[in-house]
Amino acid sequence: MSRTETRPRSKRAKRSDARSQTNTVPPVVEITDVTFAYGDAAAVRDVSLTVEAGDFLGLVGPNGSGKTTLLHLMLGLLTPDEGTVELFGEPVDAFDDGGRIGYVSQKATSQGGTMPVTVRECVTMGRYAHVGRGRLTDADRDAVDDALKTVGIADLAGRMLSELSGGQKQRAYIARALASDADLLALDEPTVGVDAESRDAFYALLDGLNDDGITIVLIEHDIGVVTDRASRVACINTELYHHGDTASFVESDALAEAYGTTGQVVHHHH
Amino acid sequence: MTSVTSVEPTDRRRTVQVVGIGVTALLAVGMLSFLVLYWAQDLPVARELYAGFRAAGRGADAALGTNVFRHPFMWQSLSTGVLVGVVAPLVGVFLVHREMALIGETLAHTAFAGVAVGLLLTSTTGWSGSLLLVALVVAIAGALGVQWLTEHTDAYGDVPIAIMLSGSFAVGTLIISYGRGLTGINVEGYLFGNLAVVTVEGARLMGVLSMVVVAAIVLTYKPLLFITFDEQAARVAQLNVTGYNALLVVLTAVVVVGAMQVLGVILVAAMLVVPVAAASQVARSFREATRLSVLFGQLSVLGGFALAIRLGLPTGGSIVVVAISIYLGAIALSSSSIRALSTHG
Repeated sequence: MSRTETRPRSKRAKRSDARSQTNTVPPVVEITDVTFAYGDAAAVRDVSLTVEAGDFLGLVGPNGSGKTTLLHLMLGLLTPDEGTVELFGEPVDAFDDGGRIGYVSQKATSQGGTMPVTVRECVTMGRYAHVGRGRLTDADRDAVDDALKTVGIADLAGRMLSELSGGQKQRAYIARALASDADLLALDEPTVGVDAESRDAFYALLDGLNDDGITIVLIEHDIGVVTDRASRVACINTELYHHGDTASFVESDALAEAYGTTGQVVHHHH
Repeated sequence: MTSVTSVEPTDRRRTVQVVGIGVTALLAVGMLSFLVLYWAQDLPVARELYAGFRAAGRGADAALGTNVFRHPFMWQSLSTGVLVGVVAPLVGVFLVHREMALIGETLAHTAFAGVAVGLLLTSTTGWSGSLLLVALVVAIAGALGVQWLTEHTDAYGDVPIAIMLSGSFAVGTLIISYGRGLTGINVEGYLFGNLAVVTVEGARLMGVLSMVVVAAIVLTYKPLLFITFDEQAARVAQLNVTGYNALLVVLTAVVVVGAMQVLGVILVAAMLVVPVAAASQVARSFREATRLSVLFGQLSVLGGFALAIRLGLPTGGSIVVVAISIYLGAIALSSSSIRALSTHG
């Protein structure tokens, strides 16, 4: 069973068309008036934003601006103090279709440093959201093979993850997400410690996946990458400074404001 | 499928492991059978089988020039040891790779407090139940306590674990000291591990618990692996991470109580950690690490028993010394296998 057979949406029209379908498809992520604090220190304040199916959203902001916190709130890893989060039209705490989300954390490249895990074992974990404790079927194994081929590391399947380069590891994690048939890829600074050439190839891979209809939310400190690749940008420094398409972000002052000047905070509600 | 690459474990390597696991499984089943036979020795068919078994034991002693295998209590200890050699590394492989190795040590000390509570109950109320059962209940409560603490302090931090470890041991020593005049039970046996500590109830309890542990690990291998490897991603995938974490610490408590009899409180964590550390040096996948951990654990137990019996030493120390020898051997081997890999792959 290949991706294209099981997922008609991968043949779906490109992102611009996907956005125009928003009346029928619920947003992938809908955050409304969310505030979250660690103790007394607010990490995210009064943020509202929507990620539509097919979006490639770049999440930017200075260090410690709450990007990772916001991503964790989107994924249900943290519970907001105020406001609501919905995933695929369901409240995040009631959402239970974990296979629809592929998450690569900030620590992923250093993860399991000494743990003997093969690339195939890592990618197969993507199927666990579907099979739970049960046995893997041939279809599950085919999904793993397809995912390995899609990211171009089928020849490394038997290798231990710890022997891979940073760029190859990231591909393994993306393959894990693809193996789970994820509709949403959430990536937290995925190319830290990855050389420039591998990084370009990695982002080209993400572009291709996005063209296939996979929604991407990417935290990236390199603003250039975001403006080159993302269709939309959210700029945050505790509060949301910009949320809109990439062109309007480039023209706006949001970046300078978020990175430390007195700017106007955007409050937009849906 | 395109899964086969030149660097996957060779067929021979896999065959050796599978055969080793098969032999270990047979040994474990044999030991479980002995426990059943010993329990049922007054029943018609079992009586003859058990008599045959005893005769075989005497034969083994005569052949080896030992005075060991004729005694049922030695078989109790050996059964407990073999079963510990299976279940401790099986649980340990997840603990070690989650950097939770100290949990075993902590729960061993909690179990010791449980033994102390059991002793106090026995001496003050005339209760005649199993000390290990009390230890099991207290250790499981301790396990869930540690789990609660770590959930609420956001990490498997050293501090709550250190507090739990020394705190429960402190309580244990106080109770033992208070109860010493009331009972003549040998506490040192629980501290350092002793063949004579293994009671028939203890061995039977280990028999039952080991089946529970093996079944639980077999059934939850996939989610435990995912959580061990990448807990956040497992949460996003909607696995019940809290539930599986609780299961893992409870299984640890169960193993620790069983292993405490032969290894002693102070050394029990070694069986959770050392065979796994050795396996991780040479394993080429997590599945292989799991198999090798159990194999190395079993070799440690059997080697340790042989050493203890031959030289009249405590079992706990002997098993751990053999385990560490295997670990050192694995380190030596791993550097050569890395060289082999780089020329192979």
